Formats: sequence, structure tokens, C-alpha cells
Amino acid sequence: MKTSLPLKVLNVVGLIIMVAIFAMPFIWMISTSLKTLGETMVFPPKWIPDELIWENFVSAWNSGPFLQYFINSVLVSVGILIFQFITVIPAAYAFARYEFRFKNMLFSLVMVTMMIPAQLIFLPVFLNLSDWGLLDTLWGLILPFATSAFGIFMLRQTFKQVPEELLEAARLDNSTDFKIMMKIMVPMAKPTLITLGLFNFITHWNDYFWPLVMTTSEKARTLPVGIAQLRQVDGGVAWNILMAGNVILVIPILIIFFFAQRHIIRAFTYTGVK
Amino acid sequence: MAKIQLKSVSKAYGNNKKVIEDMNLEIQDGSFTVLVGPSGCGKSTTLRIIAGLEEVSSGEIWIGDRLVNDVAPGKRGISMVFQNYALYPTMSVRGNIEFGLENMKIPKAERKKMVEEIAEVVDLTEYLDKKPQNLSGGQRQRVALARAMVKKPDVFIFDEPLSNLDAKLRGQMRTELIQLHKRLGTTFIYVTHDQVEAMSMGDEIVILDKGHIMQQAAPMEVYHNPANQFVANFIGTPSMNVLPKSMVEGKTGMITDERISYIGFRPEHADMQMEKLDTSGINLSCEIITMETLGSETLYLVNSDAGQFQVKSFHAPLIDTKKVHVTIPMDKLYYFDTQGNRVFVEEIPFQTPVREARGEVLV
Repeated sequence: MKTSLPLKVLNVVGLIIMVAIFAMPFIWMISTSLKTLGETMVFPPKWIPDELIWENFVSAWNSGPFLQYFINSVLVSVGILIFQFITVIPAAYAFARYEFRFKNMLFSLVMVTMMIPAQLIFLPVFLNLSDWGLLDTLWGLILPFATSAFGIFMLRQTFKQVPEELLEAARLDNSTDFKIMMKIMVPMAKPTLITLGLFNFITHWNDYFWPLVMTTSEKARTLPVGIAQLRQVDGGVAWNILMAGNVILVIPILIIFFFAQRHIIRAFTYTGVK
Repeated sequence: MAKIQLKSVSKAYGNNKKVIEDMNLEIQDGSFTVLVGPSGCGKSTTLRIIAGLEEVSSGEIWIGDRLVNDVAPGKRGISMVFQNYALYPTMSVRGNIEFGLENMKIPKAERKKMVEEIAEVVDLTEYLDKKPQNLSGGQRQRVALARAMVKKPDVFIFDEPLSNLDAKLRGQMRTELIQLHKRLGTTFIYVTHDQVEAMSMGDEIVILDKGHIMQQAAPMEVYHNPANQFVANFIGTPSMNVLPKSMVEGKTGMITDERISYIGFRPEHADMQMEKLDTSGINLSCEIITMETLGSETLYLVNSDAGQFQVKSFHAPLIDTKKVHVTIPMDKLYYFDTQGNRVFVEEIPFQTPVREARGEVLV
């Protein structure tokens, strides 16, 4: 394709601006995490610190039980992931492939739950979990997200695209429904499942609101809550330590992005099962 | 091996839209039976009912001496080859072939042996670990066949399995399927809309239209002795010429049998000459409208007093000729009533003796 030079320049400039907008906060975070506290206040701000203070990370990590937070975060995110797959896959399969009474009504009900903001239902859920004695436990962080309406919706769409003939062939091969689901449908829906898994993991890894209201002690706190607490260190806000904490928070996600990049891009441009 | 019987089977969808009505069908053990008909005739539905993929609204399905109405598809002893192969895309060729065996709880070592044997038969050994999307159409077809064969079913069912292949491969697969049937001796049921396929493959043809069986017989019987106008039209390329009796009557003589309202003849039975000939039969002077030369034969579309019809000739094409004479021997005529049903006659039903009729034409 041939593009004229001015258009090319415009294109590049536009892309640079876009990248800058998205990358700047991130670069600033990393830059700040390596500064001394004094340097964070300098105006105009410096992009590259005079001296790289790696100790900020150690201070951040040691300013609270971060290992505990980290483990909690992993348990909660992975726990939610597992629970969602267990509930979402059969539900989506049933909605996509079975005929039963009130199917459409039930599916609408699932869809409606997507439209209610979490802040609206958090109080009843909170009271419920309180009754069950699950406040300030990891279960209290996992169970409310044990299924996902969006996941059911998306997976149902994918399952619906699987040609009926394949299921018929499997039925003639004397396969059970469970086996059809696990051996034929799920492998075909792999791109969708990866997308769902990634979105899920990132959302719940970064979730701040729910762990904040649910937890009162260190034993169940997750990383985002722990890091937010860094603000209270020494009365004033130690921006450099706080940013070091944030870097610690995003590193696992960066690693996932790094390894799953291909899948993520495909997930976004993904059009359907062939 | 098993014989299959449908006893007054009906199938209706939704608002009583009947696809099959009161069908009685018997498929002989070990036969190669082809269900053929235009789209929407219910042939695929019939097949799917036998396979158990479709429930009947009423009636009974028997496979061997077993009533299978409530038997799951996987337990009917049937293997099916689908039009689009329906191979499991995420499994290797081996996985595809093995899946059914796995579900039959066959031990692993034995499974491996069976898969490898069948791969040998269909010549797929080197592709066992490939995914279906990396195979050509013909290879996929063979995987589908292998998957069906490995289960050693009593009945094979084919739902237009060759329609996705190109003409050359289709011809080749046709022969292979016929050979396969001979070798296995299992009951084959084959659905197609292609009457050539039906004629060339089946030892029994079932012609369906609008959910009813029009005729069930051997291919040549269907061809030479169609039960009705529909079958006469459907089987044979080009199809049988059918003319209203009033158009033919005039010169040949009045038809005595009141049941007859249409007269049919095969294009290849019409004899085309440059000159009027002194032969008995229906004599028509015609004008050639179009001509298709097919090498060994030539197809003409001609216009006559009796209307347009086709003539198939095995002589050299008549290139510069316009006016011709066509004679159709009396014993090659088929008679149909107003409903299109065949009318069988003891003797030639024309009132005027044939000889006189010809004399009249000659005057």
C-alpha cells in the first residue's frame, strides 16, 4: 500500500501521541518508584532520577506483610478463576445447546445481573456473608465472584457457533453430554476461555473495592488494599514507596501479558470458531 | 448386520408441518439402499430418524429385531458419515477415529491396534497425528469413513457424503464406497439428491417426494418401470419426456383407455431421422431448437406439434439440419393418469390400428 509522505508523518505523530498518553502514567510510576522522596516533589519533574533508589522496593515490601498479601491475591484470583470455569462452562453449554422450560427467562435473568452495578448489591451480599461468618476470609473474597454473567453470555455465543453436526457425530459415537462438553466444546472454545480467564484474572487481581470492604485484617487482605495502605506510612504520603508498591502489584500482570500477548491480541480480534 | 424397518413413521415439526407422513420402509440386511429425492423431500429426516438424531412423532423404528425408538443414537449400532465430515477439529486424526472406541470402553492397547488397522485400510497411516484442518477434502472424507468403520457397526449411514468433493474425486470415492460395501457386506443407507449417484451406487433405490415414498426398487427397475410420473421425471438424464395425450392423439389415433392423460417416453428411445420413415410408432415432424454434443451422444431439444421434448441420439450430430422426423416406437411408451400415476395397459391403447394411423400421416 502506498501512502503519501504527509499522511505517513501524520500517522506516526498520531501514534506517538497515543502511545504517550497511555505509557506516560506508567513510565512516571516506574520513574517515581526509583526516586528519593525529595526528588518526587521537584518541579519541573524529572523523568530520570539522579540516582536509582532500588531500596524503595525493599521498603515497600517490608512496610507490611506483603508476602501474605501477595499469596492472598494469588489465591483469590486463581480461586475465582477456577470457580468461574466450573460454573460458567456448564451454564453456557446448557443455554447454548439444551431446550428446557423457562430457558429464555432464565437467560434474561442472568443478563440482568450484568446491568446492576456492584455498588448496589454490595450491602446485601456483605450482610449475607456476614451471616455466614465469611467476612474477613478469603472465601468472602472468592464466593461473590464464583460465577460470571458476562462469562456465561460470551461462552454461550461461542458454543452456539459449534456446528450441530459435530455434536451429532459425538452422540453417534456414544459420547455422554459431559464428554461432548469437555472434549469437543471446550477445546473449540479455547480462545474465548483464555480471553475470559485473562480479563477475570486482571480484574480481580486489581480489584480494590471488594477486598477493602470485606477485609479488616492482614490475613485476608490482597495486594491492592495493602498497597493503598502505604499512603499512611509516616503520616505524609511517601510517593516513591507507594509507586514501588504499585510496580510490585503490576509485575505479575506484566509477566502474564508478556507470555500471553499473542493470545490477548487474538482474543480481541477473535471472530469465531471456524 | 441388520435389516431396518420403519413402520408408519410420521414426523412433524412445530405447527403440524409434516415432513414425513405414515412412511413404511423396509431396508434389507446387507443392501446398499439409496434414498433420493429433491431437497425438502424428507430423505435426510428419514436418515436422521434411523440414526436417532431425530425423534419420530409416531410410528416404530426397528433395527434387526430391536425396537429402537427409545434407544440413544450411540447405542443403535449405527455409524454415520456426514456431509461436512463433522470431524472433531481439535482432535488429531487418531483422536477422531478413537473417540467412539473410547466411549465404548475398549481398552487402550486394543484401541491403538484397531485405529492403526483402519488407518491402513483407508491409507491414512502417515496422517494419524495431523489435525483435520491440515488435510485435503478427500483425506478428511477418508477420516470420516475410518471413524465410521472402526466401530464395526451393523448399519452405515451416509448423508450426502460426496457433495463437497470435486467431480473427479467424487467419481473415485463412489467406486471406493461400492467396493467397501462389497467387502463389508454391511447394510448401507445413503442419502443423495443426485440421481446419477443413486443409480450408480445403490442396489436398491428409494425415491422420495414430499415425505412420501414414490417408489422403491432396483435401479434398472426404477428406470425402466417407473411407478409414476415423478419417478419417470426424476430418474434418467435427461428426464423422461411427458406430453399431454391430446397433443399426441391427433395423428396417431384416439386413445381408448380413459385413465390415460399423459404419455411419456425416454429421450433415448426417440429415433431421429432426416427423412420420414415407414416404421410403426408415433411419428412427429420436428424442428431442432438446440443441440448439445456430449461426445458419444447428442442431446436435441426439438419442437413439434405435440410440444417440446428432448431426444438423445447416439449417431453423429446433425449439424446443419433444422427439420427432422422423430419416431417413438409404441412399445417404448409410458402412460400416466391425471394424478401422474402409471397406467399399465395390456395392449397398445390407440383406437386406430397403428398401420392405418401411419398411412394417414403419409398422405
